Amino acid sequence: MVPLSWYLILSAILFSLGVFGFLLKRNIITIFMSIELMLNAVNLSFVAFAKYWHANPMKLPSGAEVVPLSGQVFVFFVMVVAAAEAAVGLAIIISVFRTRETLNVDQVNLLKL
Amino acid sequence: MNQNLNLWVIPLLPLVGAAINGFFGRRFKNAVVSTVALLFTAASFVWALRAVWMAWPGSGISLPYIESHGTWITAGTFSAPFGFYLDQLSMVMVLVVTGVGFLIHLYSVGYMAHEGGYYRFFSYLNLFMFFMLTLVLANNYLLMFVGWEGVGLASYLLIGFYFLRDSAADAGKKAFIVNRIGDFGFLIGMFLIIKQFGTLNYDGVFGKIAGGHYSPELGWGVFTIIGLCLLFGACGKSAQVPLYVWLPDAMEGPTPVSALIHAATMVTAGVYMLARSHAIFNLAPHALEVVAVIGCVTAIFAATMGMAQTDIKRVLAYSTVSQLGYMVLACGVAAYAAGIFHLMTHAFFKALLFLGAGSVIHAIGGEQDMRRMGGLRKKIPVTFWVMTVATFAIAGFPPLAGFFSKDEILGATFTSPHGGHLLWAIGVITAGLTSFYMFRLWFMTFFGEYKPGVVDVGEEAHAAAAPAHAAHTAASPSHGHADDHAHGHGGVHESPWVMLLPLVILAIQSFTGGWVGVPKFMGGHNQMSAFLSPVLESPGNVGAERLAAGENGTLPEKEAEQEREEWLLATTSVVAAALGLFFAWLLYYKRRDLPDRITAKMHGIYTIVLHKYYIDEGYGAIIVKPLLALSTVVFWRGVDQGIIDGLVNGAGSASKGIGGELRRMQSGNIRSYAAWVAVGGAAVIAFMVWLGVSK
Repeated sequence: MVPLSWYLILSAILFSLGVFGFLLKRNIITIFMSIELMLNAVNLSFVAFAKYWHANPMKLPSGAEVVPLSGQVFVFFVMVVAAAEAAVGLAIIISVFRTRETLNVDQVNLLKL
Repeated sequence: MNQNLNLWVIPLLPLVGAAINGFFGRRFKNAVVSTVALLFTAASFVWALRAVWMAWPGSGISLPYIESHGTWITAGTFSAPFGFYLDQLSMVMVLVVTGVGFLIHLYSVGYMAHEGGYYRFFSYLNLFMFFMLTLVLANNYLLMFVGWEGVGLASYLLIGFYFLRDSAADAGKKAFIVNRIGDFGFLIGMFLIIKQFGTLNYDGVFGKIAGGHYSPELGWGVFTIIGLCLLFGACGKSAQVPLYVWLPDAMEGPTPVSALIHAATMVTAGVYMLARSHAIFNLAPHALEVVAVIGCVTAIFAATMGMAQTDIKRVLAYSTVSQLGYMVLACGVAAYAAGIFHLMTHAFFKALLFLGAGSVIHAIGGEQDMRRMGGLRKKIPVTFWVMTVATFAIAGFPPLAGFFSKDEILGATFTSPHGGHLLWAIGVITAGLTSFYMFRLWFMTFFGEYKPGVVDVGEEAHAAAAPAHAAHTAASPSHGHADDHAHGHGGVHESPWVMLLPLVILAIQSFTGGWVGVPKFMGGHNQMSAFLSPVLESPGNVGAERLAAGENGTLPEKEAEQEREEWLLATTSVVAAALGLFFAWLLYYKRRDLPDRITAKMHGIYTIVLHKYYIDEGYGAIIVKPLLALSTVVFWRGVDQGIIDGLVNGAGSASKGIGGELRRMQSGNIRSYAAWVAVGGAAVIAFMVWLGVSK
């Protein structure tokens, strides 16, 4: 069985890739993809933990066993939110592109003072 | 039986008058304004008469009569009520204030008839009456202080009545500021009274003292300090050395104001306060000594300055300072009743002198320089005769009012255990000087030849003698002292009856006013002293004790000896007055060339006296200039502009600078925002890891 740490290391690598992609890339689509990467890295660790706790149930002081499913449930939430965010984000990207005819975020800087 | 006297009505009536004229007077005709002002003042006088009549000793109302209208301030165990207090002392004061005040209101109707701001003048005058009556009727020091400050305010407003003239505005400010210095002493004195007695009510303070818990201080204790603080306050209000400097400048105000506020009533507030606090002073012999010395020094000092003045009102101003010195001297030798007696007679004859001077000024078209007067005896006979009465009264010739009161003060100074022969001698010399400068005024104004428009070298001297006048004099070559009358004058003329009537009434009072205090040795009963004695009892009140002793018929030999002594003292002061009259006659009537020769010979001294001993200049150099420099450099440039403005502006520019730096974060560059988010997230994670590790 693959130990938990491997999942976590993979999750960390994926998350870091997302972070650096977010920071370094200029293309807004790529940045968007980096965000998805980060979200899914987190999803991976959620699932990994859920599986781990499922295999090694925790005992409460009362003696009852805890069988956590919240990790799995969170993943669904994250996926739903990510989907919604993708819809909104892509809509924003399209409208930005329509007005400025570029996808380079360095040129989308009207918010500065 | 304790009837309700409703004393509160007395001060309230003038306040109503002041409010009506102040708020609506602009739209009224002059006749309406003067009717309102006179009506409320007269009503106040009548109400005061009624209260005094009902409360007259032996009428069933026990004195002091106190009425309270609720609490004003409460703080812990201390409370100050709105209360009024009527005893023999405040009876005298309230009648003098309302009576003389009404006469001067009446006079002002004629005097101010052609002036702008007519309603304003009467509104202020009524306001002054309100505060002055509050001052004399209050039943605690704090309410007295309200009146005290209020009369200062009214005085400021009225001195600066011709506010377009810089000298008048400056004189008003000077009066106010100098008074504030004295008020500081009064305030400290009040705090000490609260500390010592826990109350400011007269009955509380004096009741505790009368309870015999305290004995006169041999050294310098708290009562001495209280006494000195109160004296300092009195010095400010009653124009004593060293705070007298505002009073001569206060002559910038209209002449009725000089008569009412700066001669008859307000300036006597300090004397009233000293007499009111006599119980405290009786416990503090050292403070009494200081009071006596200050009064004596003021009396002679001001009298010498009065001799060299040429402005008729300034002579009277210095005379007022000098006479106030007498009153303070009387308080200082614990002859409080004599001081109040002189206060009363002085109110009559000095108001008369000022109003008479106003009548003279009015008659010759606003001229105030005595060197341009002369020979007015025939032209304005009524004014001449009333001025004659007043001059003889102030000079102290029997049987006029000033003689009895001044003689009582001098007699008390000589015999009182608190007095002394030196103080008496200075007092007699001052009496001679008083007589001299008053007759100098009299001869210069009414005798000789009328010489209008004589512009001699004196013009310069005049300007120098009155620096405040200088700018004004230069500005109006006609020397038209806007003070008085801008309207055209067709030659010298007598004043209208509305001005002469108060003069005549005051002249009668100046003549007869002293007869209530004819001393025992002249066959009188000295009712004044006897009347005041229940309030103003003092260990040194020799007159009252002697009166009692005389009636009991004890110690006849000693009585006879004292009588001889008193005759001698009275004769001495009359001789001094007669000498003053003789020299004035010699110098200003018989040999008119002599004064110039004498002043030429004694040029140095004369110049010093003419410039009023350079006191104003000295105060300017020693106090005002350093204070101004200190305020400019340290408090204005340093503290205000440096520290306070520095803090405020520093806070502003600091946030501006920090904002300018932080602005760079708002680059609009999405990736830098993201970097900040990443750094923040990393920091949070690092913190949590650290927490986990350190556990």
